[in-house]
Amino acid sequence: MAIVSSLRSIGRRVVNGVWRLGYATRFFLMTLFYSGMSFRRFRLTAREIFFSGVMSLIIILVSGMFVGMVLGLQGYETLKRYGSESALGSLVALSLVRELGPVLAALLFASRAGSAMTAEIGLMKATEQISAMELMAVNPIARVVAPRFWAGVISMPLLAALFSAMGVFGGYVVGVVNIGVDEGSFWSQMQAAVDFRYDIVNGVIKSVVFGLVVTAIALFEGYDAPPTAEGVSGATTRTVVQSSLAILMLDFILTALMFRGA
Amino acid sequence: MSAPLVELRDVNFAYDSRPILKGINMSFPKGKLIAIMGLSGCGKTTILRHIGGVLKPTKGQVTVDGQVIHELDQQGLYEMRRKMGMLFQFGALFTDMTVFDNVAFQMREHTDLPEEIIRDLVMMKLHAVGLYGTQDLMPSELSGGMARRVALARTIALDPMLIMYDEPFAGLDPISLTVVGELIRKLNDALGATSIVVTHDVQESLKIVDYVYFVSDGAIIAEGTADDIRASGEAFVKQFVHGEMDGPIPFQYPGRDYNQDLGVHL
Repeated sequence: MAIVSSLRSIGRRVVNGVWRLGYATRFFLMTLFYSGMSFRRFRLTAREIFFSGVMSLIIILVSGMFVGMVLGLQGYETLKRYGSESALGSLVALSLVRELGPVLAALLFASRAGSAMTAEIGLMKATEQISAMELMAVNPIARVVAPRFWAGVISMPLLAALFSAMGVFGGYVVGVVNIGVDEGSFWSQMQAAVDFRYDIVNGVIKSVVFGLVVTAIALFEGYDAPPTAEGVSGATTRTVVQSSLAILMLDFILTALMFRGA
Repeated sequence: MSAPLVELRDVNFAYDSRPILKGINMSFPKGKLIAIMGLSGCGKTTILRHIGGVLKPTKGQVTVDGQVIHELDQQGLYEMRRKMGMLFQFGALFTDMTVFDNVAFQMREHTDLPEEIIRDLVMMKLHAVGLYGTQDLMPSELSGGMARRVALARTIALDPMLIMYDEPFAGLDPISLTVVGELIRKLNDALGATSIVVTHDVQESLKIVDYVYFVSDGAIIAEGTADDIRASGEAFVKQFVHGEMDGPIPFQYPGRDYNQDLGVHL
């Protein structure tokens, strides 16, 4: 009997998981289908870009600066052993543009903006604002979900770029201004090492993918949250956990596809 | 008598296999203000959700303005909903918008009216609910009664033919209670609309309504005018109207025998 009941519970979990995955996919496709309004009335999307993008600027810029400064310190320590301190510029820039910029900016975005989106939509649902909208013949997916989705997709690469730029500046401050690495070689090595198509475009592709995944998870979790206090708090936690896992796993897959040691 | 605006015929509804509505027949004639009363969880709000086309009956038919609402496609349903207004239990105001933007919401979504005209219309609606001057406040700055009235102004923004109220009196102080009650009656008559009020507030609603349906456990157990209800001999209605502690609805939650539980043998 114990076997039957444990089999039954595994089966129930699998069926629930598949059902939820299908529901999430359907939700995502509906969001894409009803995206017209987000562009026709771009003000709706611009407002969300302000809330999720502009309001995340401080955390992104400050974190980028510190990450770049640490890179400058650690990079210098390691490079000095091989007598190649002049390569500090390329190390800082490549680490940021290829990896740290998109990944860390996305993780910060998930915890700052993603969690806020989930909580906001979850509470809108709990206080019947979503139902009210639907009964006013306004499609909540088109009016509430899609503008937030596109705001996330647009903001993410911009935030990642700013993160990388701040990081390079942080690396410069520590490496050149503080430690005294030659300024000319810092910048020229960076310029020589970073390829636009291979490094920058791939980094931007990563951040677009992360933006898409984080925002889609945040919106789905909010929309699907049970309309209670525990429901909304659980959904917010799930957004951060799932987004972080998704970012790190996708980063590995994308890196494996993009960079093959060329 | 004119044809009813809303009609429910033998409506049954179940969540999974748990029956919520059992063969409901109701008729809401044009221009009338009708209450659906009953205990919490008896299926009142589920009836409203059927009329709004949010839920589909498992059996039976819901007709609104001559059309079977659950057979409409999404566009048809949305067109029908533009002619309806619904006031939610706690107002459901959009918390990220000002009072003005809340009331203007449907005008901006569904019409091409210029902003100046929208402004005038919003002021008229706010004036009608006695809250002219609050347009720049946020919902969090309003008291419960005021929020309900703003929600009412938003509900009537496009002059709907059918207004539905889900527990409009819940959690209001006595003054707000009378104000909201009077407004519901006046707006119904001034707009020539039909109103359906789902409530368990007997005294307040009996003052304003034309007809009452009593629902218990998913079925209609009594109906009539306010006077019929007051004079009703039906045990449940009597207990409900007079707020008696014990009756067909027992005070004690049905559980194990209390004396046996305590080990007392009488």
